Amino acid sequence: MTDRVKTKNEQNAVEIIKLSFKNNVRQYTMFIALIGIMLIFSLLSDVFLTPRNLSTLFLQTSHIAVLSCGVVLVIVAGHIDLSIGAVVGLTGAIVAILQSHFGLGIIPSIFITIAIGALIGVWQGYWVAYRDVPAFIVTLSGMMVFNGLLLGVTKGETIATSSAFNRIGQDYIPTLFLENSAKDLVPHDTTVIILVLVAVGYLFMEFRKRKERKNYNFDVLPKSLFILKVVLILILISTIFFIMALYLGIPYSIIILMIIASLYTFLTTKTTFGRHVYAIGGNKEAAKLSGINIRKRTLWIFISSGVLGSIGGILYTARVGSAAASAGHGMELDVIASAIIGGTSTLGGEGTIIGAIIGALVMATLNNGMLLLDVGTTQRLIVRGLVLLVAVWVDIVSRKKNS
Amino acid sequence: MSEYILKMQDIVKEFPGVRALDGVDFKVKKGEIHGLVGENGAGKSTLMKILSGVYPYGTYEGKIIINEQKQKFTRTKDSENAGIGIIYQELTLVKQMNICENIYLGNEFNKAGIIDWNKAMDCTKRLLKEVGLTESPDTKIANLGIGKQQLVEIAKALSKDIKILILDEPTAALNEDDSENLLKIIKGLKERGISCIYISHKLKEVKSIADTITILRDGKTIDTYENDESVTEDKIITGMVGRELTQLFPRKEHNPKETVLEVKNFTVYNPEIPDRKVIDNVSFRARKGEILGIAGLMGSGRTELAMSLFGAYGIKKSGQILIDGKKTTIKGPRDSIQNGLCYLSEDRKKNGLVLMMDIKENITLASLDIISDFRGINENEEIKISNHYVDALNIRTPSIEQKVRNLSGGNQQKVVISKWLMAAPKVLILDEPTRGIDVGAKYEIYNIMNDLVDKGVSIIMISSELPEILGMSDRIMVMHEGKITAELDWKEADQEKVMYYATGGEDLDFISEHLT
Repeated sequence: MTDRVKTKNEQNAVEIIKLSFKNNVRQYTMFIALIGIMLIFSLLSDVFLTPRNLSTLFLQTSHIAVLSCGVVLVIVAGHIDLSIGAVVGLTGAIVAILQSHFGLGIIPSIFITIAIGALIGVWQGYWVAYRDVPAFIVTLSGMMVFNGLLLGVTKGETIATSSAFNRIGQDYIPTLFLENSAKDLVPHDTTVIILVLVAVGYLFMEFRKRKERKNYNFDVLPKSLFILKVVLILILISTIFFIMALYLGIPYSIIILMIIASLYTFLTTKTTFGRHVYAIGGNKEAAKLSGINIRKRTLWIFISSGVLGSIGGILYTARVGSAAASAGHGMELDVIASAIIGGTSTLGGEGTIIGAIIGALVMATLNNGMLLLDVGTTQRLIVRGLVLLVAVWVDIVSRKKNS
Repeated sequence: MSEYILKMQDIVKEFPGVRALDGVDFKVKKGEIHGLVGENGAGKSTLMKILSGVYPYGTYEGKIIINEQKQKFTRTKDSENAGIGIIYQELTLVKQMNICENIYLGNEFNKAGIIDWNKAMDCTKRLLKEVGLTESPDTKIANLGIGKQQLVEIAKALSKDIKILILDEPTAALNEDDSENLLKIIKGLKERGISCIYISHKLKEVKSIADTITILRDGKTIDTYENDESVTEDKIITGMVGRELTQLFPRKEHNPKETVLEVKNFTVYNPEIPDRKVIDNVSFRARKGEILGIAGLMGSGRTELAMSLFGAYGIKKSGQILIDGKKTTIKGPRDSIQNGLCYLSEDRKKNGLVLMMDIKENITLASLDIISDFRGINENEEIKISNHYVDALNIRTPSIEQKVRNLSGGNQQKVVISKWLMAAPKVLILDEPTRGIDVGAKYEIYNIMNDLVDKGVSIIMISSELPEILGMSDRIMVMHEGKITAELDWKEADQEKVMYYATGGEDLDFISEHLT
């Protein structure tokens, strides 16, 4: 992100940092806000900054973060998806029923559930893309329909899921060599191994990118800055992993989140599909006149949202340990709020996956911190609502200043 | 009392970089129909926007005097109160509402906010009678034809006790019967003592209806004539276009080769008014290595022709498109781009650029396939190609990661041109390629066009600027009301000739040649 293209070698480091900051001001502000919120809570509560609490925080955020990846695409393209919560509820019930009533194994149930999520996406995408019904209406209708179906398939009962299945949402990856305990300060060995792999992978990619740019004879970051950037990112990654390593290790759901987040980051930044989605949201007419098949792209955006909805449903059911008719109610609002707090423009055309995940973390951190401080539900809702308002307002103000 | 109801004196209006009006004098007598003519961009609309208060007092220089009283309109309501009504080319009726609701929209008879519908209905009936409509006042606008909607607009203006009615291209969208009817109504208004300012590109109409004709050119009043036999259409045209050709064009000798694009009997219907032809049986060829200019006034169908060839306009179409001699079906812009036909739209901000994206993302938008494989978009290739165009077209920017919204008009236009160059077109349609661009950048764009032609690209250039058409084209096609009315070699073309055909003059040689 920080690589400038036409910067001269003699351009000094401070200027490059300034420019990078100016170009990514939204991501940085959100990130700084997140750190700020965490600092405040750690001052107010002894429990907040413990590995145990932070690990739980990550675990609780994972399904919202997964869902927000999908809604980023939807909102960037200029649409909205109000049916996320209902899809989570419905698919969460389906994965439970497939196991309990039909006796299917965990893996087949998961695949069928994801396929149903894709079908839901096809259904909604068809109406938006090929029948030109506004997404607001299609997904509002979807919300009602899927809630109805959810009530139908669960018959209002709560369906418990097996403990083997629940591990997806509750459990941590096993250790390889050392016994693990949440109480000692011995890090969880597999987590550390994964950390090393991720760090090596990251280094490899950064160095290859640098080499390729040199092959193209483009300017690269001065060595000092390059090292600074790499080190900062490595510290960040290590901190997150060590928080989890000091508790029980990485939860399965966080691994799933990491895979999906990487995939969607690739999708949005590196593929023609992603570029087209941004162009459609930025200027539909220009996108159309550039030969982009808007209908087909729109259909796929909703399929993606449906698939992630079903993955969210699986994670949520596994975490709670049961499927219920009330599952997922209102979840779409948390998901949309995460994406928007994370810098996704409600007007379309702008937004990032990493931003949405940070947005989800901000919302979850606020919730978690206030819970620790014994703040009631009433106040927590009010605070989170106001944070959403302020975040968007700050964004609008900073944008006006920039242009 | 003076015989003039309206005097606009020495009006000067400047926009950043352009002097749109440069000391215009315009006087309208009581109870006359005053024709106002001029090319696109001559300043007619700007002048009327000043008169109707859209550009408030203080943003222009000069005086407006109505009935011997100096006027300072700060908003459109002021001008309405002074008795001025305006009917825009684009109708401003709310389609979902009925006639009565539309006529009194924003002007409702009310007591404490409660509308007196009985009174409104009653008045509407009277107004409709005046404009010759027999429809009931509660008819929805959507159920009226475009000609009748126009009459409702007039009725709406009459409801406000107007002294001066401005009509901007009122017959542009009307068929002949509706037009005749409208002209009759306007003559009726004159009998009632209302002055009309009649703006039109159709000189025959202006000749037949106006008492006085004023010609504007390049923001100046050229002349005001009493409309009598001595005022011929030729005389008006000469006044409209008779400028000195001072701007220089980099004219180059081109060597046109074989035909790349052939269009046969191409007809396109208006997507909203299905029985109306926007393009009417058009046939032409574009050759490799030439610039084919398309001239025509606003509403002549130039842009619609280009957009429908490109697959971005019209649903009901007929005729054939041949590219390199092969019949080609174009269902949408994607087909068109793949067949080597690209279209640079006339409104680059609305239809050409994604303003929040940066230069490189805009340049590669239509050809991402070229630079991506299973590993995704190759960013380094993207940068390399974008740098190439930034250098080749001399796009002035600190970085190719600059958002295009921060670029000047000329540089933005070069970005859109780069986008199409990257798609490697055989035929490139440029719709108003230099609109809103400063002189230096214009010249650069002309040079780019010449380079492309040398490389064998066929360029079709649509332009409202006659000097540009005459200065750059190898051949000139003139359009009027969806038809091609003439095709001229640049050596035989001049402003008068082009304007003659653009205002509906007929070329008997051309017609007989194409009918046989």
